[in-house]
Amino acid sequence: MDIREIEGIISEKFPGALIRAELIRGDSIITIDKSFLLDIMEFLKEGLSFEMLIDVIGVDYYPRSPRFEVVYQLYSVSKNERLRVKLRVEDGEEVDSVTSIWPSANFPEREVYDMFGIRFKGHPYLKRILLWDGFEGHPLRKDFPTEGYDFDKPFKVQ
Amino acid sequence: MGSYKTLVVNMGPQHPATHGVLRLVLELDGEVIVKCTPVIGHLHRGLEKLAESMTYHKVIPLTDRMDYTAASINNLGYCLAVEKLLGIEVPKRAQYIRVILAELARIMGHTLWLGTHSLDMGAMTPIFYCFRDREKVMRIMEEVTGYRLTQTFMRIGGVANDLTPKSIEMIRQFIKEFPDGIKEYEDLLTENPIWKLRTKGIGIMTKEDALAWGLTGPTLRGSGVRYDVRKAFPYSSYDDFDFIVPVGENGDVYDRYLVRIEEMRQSLRIISQAIENLPEGPVMVDDPVVALPPQDLVQEDPAALMRRFKWASEGFPVPEGEVYVSVEGSKGELGYYIVSDGGPKPFRMKVRSPCFIHVGALPKMVEGRMVADVVAVIGSIDIVLGEIDR
Repeated sequence: MDIREIEGIISEKFPGALIRAELIRGDSIITIDKSFLLDIMEFLKEGLSFEMLIDVIGVDYYPRSPRFEVVYQLYSVSKNERLRVKLRVEDGEEVDSVTSIWPSANFPEREVYDMFGIRFKGHPYLKRILLWDGFEGHPLRKDFPTEGYDFDKPFKVQ
Repeated sequence: MGSYKTLVVNMGPQHPATHGVLRLVLELDGEVIVKCTPVIGHLHRGLEKLAESMTYHKVIPLTDRMDYTAASINNLGYCLAVEKLLGIEVPKRAQYIRVILAELARIMGHTLWLGTHSLDMGAMTPIFYCFRDREKVMRIMEEVTGYRLTQTFMRIGGVANDLTPKSIEMIRQFIKEFPDGIKEYEDLLTENPIWKLRTKGIGIMTKEDALAWGLTGPTLRGSGVRYDVRKAFPYSSYDDFDFIVPVGENGDVYDRYLVRIEEMRQSLRIISQAIENLPEGPVMVDDPVVALPPQDLVQEDPAALMRRFKWASEGFPVPEGEVYVSVEGSKGELGYYIVSDGGPKPFRMKVRSPCFIHVGALPKMVEGRMVADVVAVIGSIDIVLGEIDR
């Protein structure tokens, strides 16, 4: 399915939701308003048969505003197509969890929370996943110091 | 009568059947699992953060340390992603050598998987056969790349070196010998009644479940979905080769076993086609920005020496943009999402690890089953903790 076709369908079905639709190096990418996330994802899965959520990725564009991007990489087995859906998120804002649509989002969303501090509304078990519970800060943020910090400090075992 | 209580048992992180440092918190009712919570991160090395402070070519050795059982495939995925950002085409001979190495790595991964998986289930013999054959592949790897486990042989724009005549001979010899090895594994396991009892009908994932839980690779194909990145989005000349993608029917541990066994045969087919049709030509792209100047030129030409010095210390700029490139790893779809800001270091590198997603689906596969089945299921999804924790 062509990116222009997807752009047409989404902007017709969800007015005001689509921010950008582009084709970069052969990859179809759409940027949407995050308040429409669950509806659009539901439609992409059921209506356009993107059955698989491959990954959820966080990117920190500090000091740009809005600061973060959450990227969903989708794949359609029946049509052999990929689609990337992007959201722009400000620091402190919440994003709806897509675990109700694809259960595979569980672990990647926890990782995004762990690494960037973006909270997912409706996630069944939003806890740190790769780092321990007492860890302070979110290491993949661009303003996280890469030397010193807490390596010599004791941490509390919970 | 009496009060009802479940028992919480910690399986791991130091447990031989968890294939690394995976901890499972199992809530048991008798011998039946009520709830399973995987706890990961014991091997977290902050690879994605490290990559942000390194030039593009210095990241290649990091990728080896993820799925260390099949290291060359990790290199391949990373190099392909950066090459897509740069917009360069790798010479045909280098593509074929990459395919050979990736398929050898897949055989390394699968033989290690089969040995440990069967050992977990009480079959002692297969691991000796598997390591006998894995050793042969490791010898080939040593001859080609100089390293046995973490090869770091691929470069952005090609491969580090050409195949030596001796290595081609060794690969031909291996192609002749390995089918007998696979037959020996199958003689031991495929029709073995104990093996069948332990694996059939265990850890079932239906087609719909497997897709919803994001399974990829042999674990997904065991459920009957024919999705293989090598066929769906051919990279590195995979469309030149004739091979089939085996799929299972029931989505249980036994079918995943059958799929992986058949995959080893198909890997062998690909290697033999690649080695017989190996094109002539260079193994590195002819691009002065990306390729390192050759050593003999450096001895004569001061400009080449300077360029080599700058290349190694500062790296080369990569055009702004973002890509997602995935390869068929030995465990599943191994993807790299790289964002470049135009500088010599990745702005953001995210690794889509198949095992990470598979561990997320583990509770779905084991809840309601016996404790002993957990070992079978962990073996069948073929996890490696270096890749999960990164």
